[in-house]
Amino acid sequence: MKILKTLLVTAAVSVALIANTAQAETKKIALVVKALGIGFFEAANKGAQEAAKELGDVEVIYTGPTTTTAEGQIEVINSLIAQKVDAIAVSANDTNALVPALKKAMDRGIKVISWDSGVAPEGRSMHLNPSSNPLIGNMIIKLAADNLPDGGDVAVLSATATSTNQNVWIAEMNKVLGNYKGINVVATVYGDDLADKSYRETQGLIQSHPDLKAIIAPTSVGIVAAAQAVTDAGKIGQINVTGLGLPSEMAGHVKSGASKSFAIWNPIDLGYSATMIAYDLIGGAEAKPGAELKIGRMGTVKLDDNNEGAMADPFVYDASNVEEFAKIF
Amino acid sequence: MKRLLKNREMLLVVAVIALVALIALRFPPFVTPGNLANVYNDTSILIILALGQMAVILTRCIDLSMAANLALSGMVAAMLNAAMPGLPIPLIILVAMALGAVLGSINGLLVWKLDIPPIVVTLGTLTIYRGLIFLLSGGAWINAHQMSNAFKALPRTTLLGFPLLSWLSLVIIALMLVVMRRTPLGRAFFAVGGNPHAAVYTGIDVGRTRFFAYCLSGTLAGLSGYLWVSRYAVAYVDIAAGFELDIIAACVIGGVSIAGGIGSVGGAVLGALFLGVIKNALPVVNISPFAQMAISGMVIIIAVAVNARAEKRKGRVILRKAEAAHG
Repeated sequence: MKILKTLLVTAAVSVALIANTAQAETKKIALVVKALGIGFFEAANKGAQEAAKELGDVEVIYTGPTTTTAEGQIEVINSLIAQKVDAIAVSANDTNALVPALKKAMDRGIKVISWDSGVAPEGRSMHLNPSSNPLIGNMIIKLAADNLPDGGDVAVLSATATSTNQNVWIAEMNKVLGNYKGINVVATVYGDDLADKSYRETQGLIQSHPDLKAIIAPTSVGIVAAAQAVTDAGKIGQINVTGLGLPSEMAGHVKSGASKSFAIWNPIDLGYSATMIAYDLIGGAEAKPGAELKIGRMGTVKLDDNNEGAMADPFVYDASNVEEFAKIF
Repeated sequence: MKRLLKNREMLLVVAVIALVALIALRFPPFVTPGNLANVYNDTSILIILALGQMAVILTRCIDLSMAANLALSGMVAAMLNAAMPGLPIPLIILVAMALGAVLGSINGLLVWKLDIPPIVVTLGTLTIYRGLIFLLSGGAWINAHQMSNAFKALPRTTLLGFPLLSWLSLVIIALMLVVMRRTPLGRAFFAVGGNPHAAVYTGIDVGRTRFFAYCLSGTLAGLSGYLWVSRYAVAYVDIAAGFELDIIAACVIGGVSIAGGIGSVGGAVLGALFLGVIKNALPVVNISPFAQMAISGMVIIIAVAVNARAEKRKGRVILRKAEAAHG
């Protein structure tokens, strides 16, 4: 009798203990975005939630500042450190400004990776690029050139003059410019990711370059504003707006003909992969040059000398498929 | 006093013309009538907002929440249109204006009944209104193809060669001229800002006057919300982020005194136009984006310095007269 009682108590206690540890082991992965309320990042969150469901023992905390500032992100990161999350996956508003806060997080044993927009190497264990920068740089000029068999003048409408990823893509684009005969990049202007400023900059481009054939806007706010400005100026058919944008935001402009095609990687896949990598790192995987990290249904990602990896090629959207993808993101 | 104001407006007119001339040197097509009409059209929304802000600043208050109010009203207008494309556009505009008025009246009530400093109240509501947009939309954008054609067409419809957006701002300017010059409310704005204590003795309720100023700025922000969203054919949480500073800058450049009581419709309009010309010229004159920010900032500081000197001179003149009398 006594033995049975002891056994039962032991069993009960151990069940309770196991239950406790199981609960404590739910991993908290924070997905920190440039700002809340941007369609692209909302879609990334969808992917992160998908990964969490697949993995089972993961809770994804989707967070970020309300405006795209480094200061706002630092505050968010500090509060995540206080919440003792297991990993932080961040798309940075500034390459260097976040480093001290992220270093603090790593000192407390939190795994830190950056994705989409990178952090300097000392502030993260690895960086996940949605695609490789050379591929994107090539893609945006290819999109413009494909519709210009005889060549012509094209201009770039970027985000801010200090945006990390836009500057890298434009630099890569310029490297391969020689492969596209007859295409001249006549200007690079900055719309600061504000609808009104981007619209005005586009009007300026139309005025100062009467022979303009295409505008490349590698930013989702800019491409929409440029398409609207081209529409309002009655230049549909003369000026093709292309670059990087979201299908749901561009569907109308593709339909109107202001944009013939544009590209973007799949943000759902990106959020999914970032979460998978963070989970791998929590589980003991090491991010070092040459390492291959598993990213679930996306396969693997191989790290280069800077501990950076590329997820996939950018995907082209045009009149044939934009409607279908507009329903997703 | 009145002459001084007139002079300041003349000074601004000269400054705007000089600026346009300077731009024409670098980029001649800028001064074609068609382009100047475009510049005015582009500045229309800023003009409407600056007039609302002017009323508030005149009463010694400030409205930092105007851009957030614009964004919220604009988002509601866009969502209404997306959900019910059949809804007549004038009704949507009325809803946006009414919502703007309610948001403005919240500022007004907090300033009036709870006596909280206006800068604190509107700094708070700025964040609340932006947050509300996020809650309403769930962070999603309302895009061009979700809006009805009528919704997007209204500000672009041309009447006698000018877009309706330009005409609308002219109507608002005319209405504001009447309100500021011909109604007791307009005079009360000046009285409350010029000397609140004296205003009380003349039977003006200072708090109530400020409340009405906020209602006015809110209504104009609501109207601008619709105009903004239909002009750029997109609505999201961050539209017009930071625009409140442009609005206040337009007022300050236009000679509206931050200390209250001094300002005019003409000044605010010219201040907005001055900024509008700069905003439209910078993209075509080929200046580095870093220099652009510095130039915009410098213009504001120069304008304030000129205004401050103009106000100081008043005092000196009296002293000099007194000295002369003694001498």
